[in-house]
Amino acid sequence: MHIIKNRNLYYLIPAALAVASLVVIFMFGLKGGVDLTGGSLLEVSYADARPSHESVQASVERLNLGDIRVQPTGEKGYIARLRDITDQEKQGLLQAMTVDGQTAKEEQFTTIGPTIGGEIRTKAWYAMALVLIAIILYIAFAFRKVSLPVSSWKYGIIAIITLVHDVILPVGLFAILGKTHGAEVDSLFIVGLLTILGISINDTIVVFDRIRENLKIAHDKNKKEDFEVTVGNSITQTIARSVNTSLTVIIVLVALYLLGPVTTQNFALTLIVGMVAGTYSSIFLASPLLVTWERWSKSRAQ
Amino acid sequence: MVKTRLAALALIIASIMVAYFVYHTEKTGGRFAFKLGLDLRPGSHLVYKADISQVPDGQVEEALNSLRDVIERRVNLFGVSEPLVQVERGGVFGQGEHRLIVELPGVTDVTQAIKMIGETPVLEFRLVKAGQEGALVNPDGSLNLDSFEAPTLTGKNLKHAAVEFSGGGANSVFQGTPEVRVDFDAEGSKIFETLTGTNVGRAMGIFLDGKLMSSPVIRERISGGTAIISGSFTADSAKELARNLNYGALPLPIELSSTQSIGATLGEKALNAGLVAGAIGLGLVALFMLLWYRLPGLVAVVALGTYIAIMLALFKLIPVTLTSAGIAGFILSIGLAVDANVLIFERLKEEIRAGKNVQDAIREGFTRAWTSIRDSNVAHVIAGVILFWFGTSLIKGFALVFVLGVLVSMISAITVSRTLLLAIGLKGESKLSRFLMSSGLGK
Repeated sequence: MHIIKNRNLYYLIPAALAVASLVVIFMFGLKGGVDLTGGSLLEVSYADARPSHESVQASVERLNLGDIRVQPTGEKGYIARLRDITDQEKQGLLQAMTVDGQTAKEEQFTTIGPTIGGEIRTKAWYAMALVLIAIILYIAFAFRKVSLPVSSWKYGIIAIITLVHDVILPVGLFAILGKTHGAEVDSLFIVGLLTILGISINDTIVVFDRIRENLKIAHDKNKKEDFEVTVGNSITQTIARSVNTSLTVIIVLVALYLLGPVTTQNFALTLIVGMVAGTYSSIFLASPLLVTWERWSKSRAQ
Repeated sequence: MVKTRLAALALIIASIMVAYFVYHTEKTGGRFAFKLGLDLRPGSHLVYKADISQVPDGQVEEALNSLRDVIERRVNLFGVSEPLVQVERGGVFGQGEHRLIVELPGVTDVTQAIKMIGETPVLEFRLVKAGQEGALVNPDGSLNLDSFEAPTLTGKNLKHAAVEFSGGGANSVFQGTPEVRVDFDAEGSKIFETLTGTNVGRAMGIFLDGKLMSSPVIRERISGGTAIISGSFTADSAKELARNLNYGALPLPIELSSTQSIGATLGEKALNAGLVAGAIGLGLVALFMLLWYRLPGLVAVVALGTYIAIMLALFKLIPVTLTSAGIAGFILSIGLAVDANVLIFERLKEEIRAGKNVQDAIREGFTRAWTSIRDSNVAHVIAGVILFWFGTSLIKGFALVFVLGVLVSMISAITVSRTLLLAIGLKGESKLSRFLMSSGLGK
């Protein structure tokens, strides 16, 4: 089969993207949202035209509230981000954003203390680890009866490799977007990553499930078939399903990204990237890796 | 055949009834209206840190519960509809600080919300130091606190406060001057009795929020635990004070740690955008399924309709508080819901290609696809449950919708799609039925 034969070629793209993502993550880091780091966010709108960015920024900086970032939002609004402030300080900020005779109207205000922010961050790491462990255990359990020619725990390891690939790409994207557009990662972003883990493992499981079934059929019929061929057939049989189910999910996500509320736009983008990466990796990475591993073990045994 | 057709008819009628329930309850409002979270409708969300350092070990829970009750009563006084007041334990594993969470729909001004909750009157009774009766007020008119002793009795021992009118009375033409009568609890009554008994002839200052209301001279021992606060009250201000005293005394100090408020337009905009995105997404998925899978695709779209009706009804019945994250989860689940159908239809196609007749192929397709459906849904549920644990209230909404969606879609795909496909009853021998049952670009 084409994909299996040229598997090393297909490894190149995800490997390159994953490495590039890691590089930008280490270079730029991620900008934590207010809910993860603690701090305040004030969104205001103006009735007519909004005053210039510079004048608002200059006005709020006179307050000495520490580092304040003002960003335009929508057509008539600004969002100011800064450390967590008291209600009184907020009143001052709101007044300071009223410049050039344009009255700033409060649209939303969030302030989160550092304790709660730190707590969500810690919880996020635990949640990630928990999902990964649960998935390894689950796959090891589901594939416990399949041990030839590749033992069941290898399915689990490969599934994890593809999952790591699937989440590294969106994280890399947000490292770049954080640098270029000031995009922040918030708890919804983490939810997005966890959801990618859950959905993208799905595609991998379906292919692996097919391999499991085909191995069993070959075994029952006492047919001697090369592992490579079995895997190739399994990919052919499941590729339409993988692409189509991902497609329906991507369709709704694109709708959510383009038309949905601003609050879930980054979330939708995270998922779209994760879904595309997940579909690619389940077809071009997961099963071919099984073949690679089997080859490698064989050549070592000889 | 007749049986499957009847079953299919029953399923469709049941779905329509569920859909009607959703529609009707939304139109009439009331108990089964959708519950919207505080990011989709205007309101405030406040998180307080409760300081339990002064509370004895065994009484923490009791103190927190009474804190919640007091705040709840205060919030209700202001006519906020459907407020939410709850105590929660912070920390990664629920071992951290105690928190009080207050959600006030409709209150978009955090300043006002904070005032609403934090305006707890402090009532104090302080004896005037001997010989200082003439020096209560400084020459500049401000209060001379040095002339008072430390408070002997506070609002902590208050049982009840009520408005009374001195002088006049019910039968009089004149209403008299409004006063506030306070009744102490058993402990407070005892303190008050001793206090008045041992200090006859001395003056006592009654303070409200640090302001001297009056400084009557104690004429005799007062038993029975009742005191009168008089001052320059109007009927309304006396009423307000009595109310604040009744609902006011917090059992432990609280400190504001997080606030969130959403203005009127923002939430509505987000909700509308979510609905539009959902509708367009649904339409596109339906179109794709019809074009690619033809007849089974149509069945999948009907199953998807059933799925949406059931989910919306569940949102109302459970009830699920919908947030923008929850709506995103629901939209995502629409894309995922057809997953089981796609798995089954791809199998179906293979079985038909292998030469089975359509009815057998349908049965076989469902049976064979089942392990994949089960396995992948288990992975979704695992992720969903962990998300639920991870989440703040907004994210819990997403996790709940997601897990519900996975379970409901699994059921709707298996029962509805299967029954409908069998009920259509194509024999699969004619060219047309083969065309209808195949998919993709092939014939």
